[in-house]
Amino acid sequence: MAKQHISFNLNGKQVDTLVEPRELLVHTLRENLNLTGTHIGCESSHCGVCTVDMNGQSVKSCTVLAVQADKTEVKTVEGLADADGLHEVQKAFVEEHGLQCGFCTTGMMMRAYRFLQENPNPTEEEIRWGMSGNLCRCTGYQNIIKAVQTAAKNLQNANKSVETA
Amino acid sequence: MIPSEFEYHKATSIQDAIAKLAENDEAKIIAGGHSLLPMMKLRFAEPPCLIDINGIEELRGISVEGDMLVIGAMNTENEVLNSPLVQEKCSLLTEAIKLVADPQVRNRGTIGGDVAHGDPGNDHPAIMLALDAELVLEGPDGKRTTPANGFFLGTYWTGMEEGELLTQIRVPVREQGVGYGYAKLKRKTGDYAVAGSPVYVKMNGDTVSDIRIGLTNVGPCAFRAEAAENLLRGNVITDDLLKEAGALIIDACDPAEDLRGSPEYKSHMAAEMAKRAIRQAIEDARN
Repeated sequence: MAKQHISFNLNGKQVDTLVEPRELLVHTLRENLNLTGTHIGCESSHCGVCTVDMNGQSVKSCTVLAVQADKTEVKTVEGLADADGLHEVQKAFVEEHGLQCGFCTTGMMMRAYRFLQENPNPTEEEIRWGMSGNLCRCTGYQNIIKAVQTAAKNLQNANKSVETA
Repeated sequence: MIPSEFEYHKATSIQDAIAKLAENDEAKIIAGGHSLLPMMKLRFAEPPCLIDINGIEELRGISVEGDMLVIGAMNTENEVLNSPLVQEKCSLLTEAIKLVADPQVRNRGTIGGDVAHGDPGNDHPAIMLALDAELVLEGPDGKRTTPANGFFLGTYWTGMEEGELLTQIRVPVREQGVGYGYAKLKRKTGDYAVAGSPVYVKMNGDTVSDIRIGLTNVGPCAFRAEAAENLLRGNVITDDLLKEAGALIIDACDPAEDLRGSPEYKSHMAAEMAKRAIRQAIEDARN
């Protein structure tokens, strides 16, 4: 099958690549663009380890065709940190030890990154509902919830200091 | 897991999608793709051609036309969930969608895809039956509107004709005295229902003047528990009457055995979900 040209913004940079129609976005990211932070788990849209941000929404990149990413903006875990260092979500996962084996962590952080923009001041129940598309087989979720709470608090404080500055 | 090879076409309008469906033999429409792509990975479906309708603006939008709430087929679950208009005019959809899949899947999965796919485990078909919705279909011969009642015929089998596209869902806006209930049993977030039941009631004082009970995933397709509806309609609901209705619902169910349980268990759970939803709906009508 003839490859198709796609062009999209990936972590702030424009990328152009050729993909087969049947190629899934997660494979393009990992194998074609060498960004292996986005993981492959269940491959059936249940586990959430392949979560990336696409046009400002969390999506499971194992269930999006690469051709559907044409002309979109995609952010992966590699795009979370900036020149100033780790993102507040990443720092909070370190601080609260929101991981054990680390396999689900990149998906968890990408979902938390978007969720805290949808709901900057969530209750614990709202966090559990908002993060319910991501599975973790190690932690029992407690420290992941704590990490999201800590990130929420720190992001809000950071926003306040920007406003008062 | 990667699907087998297919051609990919992006449709730019409803007419363009219908033309592309006509041009390509055995082409499938891809909406959110969260049912179709997993099936294609497992080779349960191997369409030689996909027509992507995600870019079609006229399939989006939510509005009120007279006494109908009109929902474009390509609204995602989250767009319907977060719509204040849907909450105000037909809160059954809002409450039910909270229990559909998970946040990421709701960002891609569409209400129209869920209705048109024909999977007995999908949530919206039974909701459409309970709401007495109308479905707008467009094809090479033009546009037609068909009631949801009678549309679901079997597993992956609906009243859609070849070459047709589901473009709109029309549900009656909530009237005075109407109440909604929804109960769904699932093993985990993101799983299909063991059994689910959306319920519509219209109350006249304490009497149920009309009722529609939808059932999800306990037969080859979504269906209504008509015997139970007939028993309850025109009556004041008592515990004894609900118990009798539950027995009729169990009789009406014909679920397949799978990891979610035996047919007997699923049928009993369907009756329990329906009874809970009926109680919720009656309470909802009072508020």
